[in-house]
Amino acid sequence: MLTIKNLSVTVSGKEILNGLNLEVNKGETHAIMGPNGSGKSTLAYTLAGHKECVVSNGNILLNHESLLDLDTEHRAHKGLFLAMQYPVELPGVNNMTFMRESLNSIRRSKGEKEYDSLELINLIRQTAKQLKLDEKLLKRNVNEGFSGGEKKRNEILQMALLEPKLAILDETDSGLDIDALRIIANGVNMLRTPERAIILITHYQRLLDYIQPDYVHVLIDGKIVRSGDKQLALELEDKGYNWIVDGAAA
Amino acid sequence: MNLIQETTEQTVNELINNDYQYGFVTSIDSDTLPPGLNEDVIHKISAKKNEPTWVLEWRLKAYRRWLKMSDPEWAHIKYPDIDFQGISYYSSPGKAGEGPKSLDEVDPQLLDAYNKLGIPLEEQKVLSGIAVDAVFDSVSVATTFRDSLEKAGVIFCSLSEAIQKHSDLVKQYMGSVVPYSDNFYACLNAAVFTDGTFVYIPKGVHCPMELSTYFRINEANTGQFERTLIIAEEGSYVSYLEGCTAPKRDKNQLHAAVVELVAMDDAHIKYSTVQNWYPGDEQGQGGIYNFVTKRGACRGNRSHISWTQVETGSAITWKYPSCILAGDESIGEFYSVAVTRGKQQADTGTKMLHIGANTKSTIVSKGISVGHGQNTYRGLVRMTKRAKNARNHTQCDSLLLGDQCGAHTFPYIEVMNPSAIVEHEATTSKISDEQLFYCQQRGLSEEDAVSMIVNGFCKEVFKELPMEFAVEAQKLLSITLEGAVG
Repeated sequence: MLTIKNLSVTVSGKEILNGLNLEVNKGETHAIMGPNGSGKSTLAYTLAGHKECVVSNGNILLNHESLLDLDTEHRAHKGLFLAMQYPVELPGVNNMTFMRESLNSIRRSKGEKEYDSLELINLIRQTAKQLKLDEKLLKRNVNEGFSGGEKKRNEILQMALLEPKLAILDETDSGLDIDALRIIANGVNMLRTPERAIILITHYQRLLDYIQPDYVHVLIDGKIVRSGDKQLALELEDKGYNWIVDGAAA
Repeated sequence: MNLIQETTEQTVNELINNDYQYGFVTSIDSDTLPPGLNEDVIHKISAKKNEPTWVLEWRLKAYRRWLKMSDPEWAHIKYPDIDFQGISYYSSPGKAGEGPKSLDEVDPQLLDAYNKLGIPLEEQKVLSGIAVDAVFDSVSVATTFRDSLEKAGVIFCSLSEAIQKHSDLVKQYMGSVVPYSDNFYACLNAAVFTDGTFVYIPKGVHCPMELSTYFRINEANTGQFERTLIIAEEGSYVSYLEGCTAPKRDKNQLHAAVVELVAMDDAHIKYSTVQNWYPGDEQGQGGIYNFVTKRGACRGNRSHISWTQVETGSAITWKYPSCILAGDESIGEFYSVAVTRGKQQADTGTKMLHIGANTKSTIVSKGISVGHGQNTYRGLVRMTKRAKNARNHTQCDSLLLGDQCGAHTFPYIEVMNPSAIVEHEATTSKISDEQLFYCQQRGLSEEDAVSMIVNGFCKEVFKELPMEFAVEAQKLLSITLEGAVG
């Protein structure tokens, strides 16, 4: 589904990703781990088409189609979803309204019928219930005054509604207590289907206790330096990233 | 679900590539005085309207005073000198002396013009509960639903008619809130006003429908000088809506209106404006000069006046809807959204004059500057010695789109009373790239994202508008913001 070929990316003139390769098939869940500054978030932003991430080399293919010529919103229309590490606040914009506009934009782009308000309220409420989210979040403004945990849950709710083909979760576990982490993980597990691919970007092995990945990759200095199964995450937890850095150097 | 926001998406798409859709000119025989201003012109206006002597005298007094005044220069706006002798001061559709008496007599072209503006004067309005007093250029041509209002004892008619039929009321109140000598443009208006709206709500009456007036300047080079006078007697309530559109013209046109509101004990007046006069083109050619004096007097105890305005049009907007809070426990409110783009300039705000004890005022001003737009909030909060325990809360937010525009805030606060509490909050923000990225990642286009964020910014004000107006305000905002980014 997703093929990243020899990808190099600069941000503000500085090279962050440096010849990264990755292949993700549908139905798979991949975890990308790495120390601070290794380029994990840059990878997520680049996939979503953030203007600051300038692709200097390589290609990104989603279902055999290059994403590089597509704007952020058109990538979203193709089924790419990025759950953000720091979801921004949109003061005064009602959360439910935002989700409706978002969902309908994506449906329109596919030539599908837009939901009317009533269908939408029911759909959103139902989804919120499945994810055990407080309905009150729907009535508030997008992320405005939300706690860290609420913001992350709101991302998962949107992810569930938009039914992406490829979902990227950028450090969704950061700053969550154990209960919030469980709720988020349950939500993500519910969304694992044979048709959907998921990329989890995380610092910690902890998240992977709840969401068992099929593959684990270690990103260091803008490159994937090692790939394995979930055992690799446990080894990392035990030995730290230096183990790999030193190993790579040796 | 919020109906207002529901329409945003649809209207943005509907209105794309539609610069100023109200820029048509209706060709109707009109009875227009040649340009120029002197006492003779004022005599003629008064004679055409068959006015009682006291009105003519008032006009002449104002004119003589005006000659001694000069154009104010303190506002943060720039415009070339206005040639007051180049303006025609009277324009009436139809031949002189043949005022239409019912809708049947109204020129079909005129009705068509109203239809283009989306103001049907027919039955639909009954369903939406609005009575419309349409001012086409200077004379009110059609007034609907007067019957059902009359049953409630409400007087809703043109000011000219009120001068004829309710002369005592007009004489008692006209100029009592905005004296003829108040300021340069109010003074000019007093000399040459041609028509406007008169509303009288008797004691204890809750006006059974929203009252609405559409102003439309049609003739080229016609200054429009209407006056509105609304009187709410003890314990009454009225909500009044004013909407404005003007056709496209190359030359600047002057609009110098006066609005006076009077609220007695426990009376409540809600006055809403959606103003989208022609703003001129991107180079700043043409457009309306909107120099308006609006003031409400809360004369009675516990009286309440609330101004809500959405200003998206005009080359220059210069107005300060104000409240004189004379009655004890009276309440004044001002909710404003002002958008400037292209070469538009706005210097707008309010004055809250606290005189009575325990008076309260709230000011919420949202200024949006786009392109080269210049947006100024200017507000005065005065707590006089008598205004024991008076309170004011002001919130003044500016949103900038692009890096060529400007937002300016001039709050004046005068407190002469130690028990008064005045709060002022101000913010200036931009739509951040991260906000746009977030919206676009969820599938929204940049334009829809901007429109949504701006609507969110204005929500506090829009929720004060009656439903139909809130929808119109959002439409206007979407049109105004088109092409603002990217």
